[in-house]
Amino acid sequence: MSVEVELRHSFGAFALDVAFKIERPGVTALFGPSGAGKTSVINAIAGLFRPDEGRIVIDGRVVLDTKTGGFVPARERRAGYVFQDARLFPHMSVENNLRFGWRRAQNPMDEGDIAGVVELLGLTRLRARSTKSLSGGEKGRVALGRALLASPDILLLDEPLAALDAARRNEILPYLERLRDEMKLPMIYVSHAVDEVARLADGIVVLRDGCSIEQGSVFDLLTRLGGDIDPMGAVLDARVESHRTHDGLSVLTFDGGQLIVSRIARAVGRRVRVRVRAEDIMLAREEPRAISANNVLAARVMAIHQDDSPQAEVQLSCGPSRLVARITRASVARLALAPDVAVFAIIKSVIVDSSN
Amino acid sequence: MSKGDSRLSILAPAESEALLLSLRVAFVAVVAAMPLAVAAALLLARTRFPGKVVVDGLIHLPLVLPPVAVGFLLLTIFGTRAGLGGWLFQTFGIRFVFSWTGAALAAAIITFPFQVRAIRIALEGADRGLDAAAETLGAGWFDRLANITLPLAFPGIVAGVITAFAACLGEFGAIITFVSNIPGETRTLPLAIYTALQTPGGEAEAAKLSLLSILLALMFMVLAEFAQRRMRR
Repeated sequence: MSVEVELRHSFGAFALDVAFKIERPGVTALFGPSGAGKTSVINAIAGLFRPDEGRIVIDGRVVLDTKTGGFVPARERRAGYVFQDARLFPHMSVENNLRFGWRRAQNPMDEGDIAGVVELLGLTRLRARSTKSLSGGEKGRVALGRALLASPDILLLDEPLAALDAARRNEILPYLERLRDEMKLPMIYVSHAVDEVARLADGIVVLRDGCSIEQGSVFDLLTRLGGDIDPMGAVLDARVESHRTHDGLSVLTFDGGQLIVSRIARAVGRRVRVRVRAEDIMLAREEPRAISANNVLAARVMAIHQDDSPQAEVQLSCGPSRLVARITRASVARLALAPDVAVFAIIKSVIVDSSN
Repeated sequence: MSKGDSRLSILAPAESEALLLSLRVAFVAVVAAMPLAVAAALLLARTRFPGKVVVDGLIHLPLVLPPVAVGFLLLTIFGTRAGLGGWLFQTFGIRFVFSWTGAALAAAIITFPFQVRAIRIALEGADRGLDAAAETLGAGWFDRLANITLPLAFPGIVAGVITAFAACLGEFGAIITFVSNIPGETRTLPLAIYTALQTPGGEAEAAKLSLLSILLALMFMVLAEFAQRRMRR
């Protein structure tokens, strides 16, 4: 299950030069500011846009190779596409929208699998409705279901949350997380919102001015200093260790330590993604004794990034895991922080992403 | 249609004959021209090719050309002694001149731009993104045309058909030039009005038929407007 993308195209003043590889199923975020060329890249993968030069291989199948002239048209690419504006067919019911791609699939999924997708996306009660009566969030979910029922080899999502308000966004995000965790499908998620990327992505490809400038895991790239991604924060892959009955807290373990968080609704042993924002970490040279914070981790300074602003970012290693703290330059000087100095990271708050 | 048809009792037999003939000519003209109008509208709305301006101009030519000139042109092409008309007559026994089918042909050509315009506007207003979405879901060109493009343009097609139908009912110049003024065969409502005016003391009859024409035209224009409004919703 791999995807290889390599393309170059000239739009006159703007040029696209992108190359990346995805080795595993999961979510790869195509991250960058508006106008960086993100949508052109997934349009090329979908076959909706034909670049001057390039090669695209999806799951071992060459769908574009300008050297040999190979080109698989969009309708045969099996690339599911979820558009920013959902693009449901207004003259069809939700059910007929959902079945549109399924009816045209070469190996259509059986009714049991359809029911699974419908259940996963919470569409059961929407099936008989007309598309006009749906809310923005519901439209997004139907668009997701419609793409999935076509049995795609890859799922392309073009900022599916950008047009929604915060409440609707939070309504869809858990479904996207479930999709990531339960479907064995490579997904390319176009976004310029760091919090979405931190919550959903496994890998990140950073685009700037039409060029792919970095690729890495979400754990590494979101703690890298001086990069394009801002605001930074650590993403940790954690496991539910125990639920404490005496104080109502849950204990999570990750590679490098333990975190105590408010009780979460996930079974012991389940994996959860934990985020710690750079603003939510304080640093101390000595182990703080009497302190209200539940989480104090022993860490080591890896790098410090300072520029003209009064703020500085400090990258920390906590075992094999990475954290990043945003403190003032004055504090960096006062604590005499430098690479390899041992510190204690006082974690003020932890965000646990709970998909149900 | 039998000459003694008197189902429309407020009208004289010849008058109801003219009315029913007009409806038949308009119906056949519009239905026969519709697929071509859809194709022409698709060509103009969805493609780019050299010489498109010329094609666009040719399609809209009947709007500005004197209908009599169109009738004369048809006569030179489809007359039984003309090239194409003679061949059609000799090979298939198809004859347009002096026949109601010729009236329908003339009406179809004159009202073709009305259909093309309405359908083209509907196509241009349609969201192309839906087409792209259908393509990523495995729909080929014809599949998308039949299941996405045309259903979404349907109100526009209906509006175009109704407007063209109303315009067909009023066509005079091209019909009288091409297929003459034969009672029961090519004498549609406008031709009947003209004939009544040519007859001494026929003003009352002309007024009656004119009123009928106005009512019909009004009815179809209201219908067309209704269809347009549904489209905007």
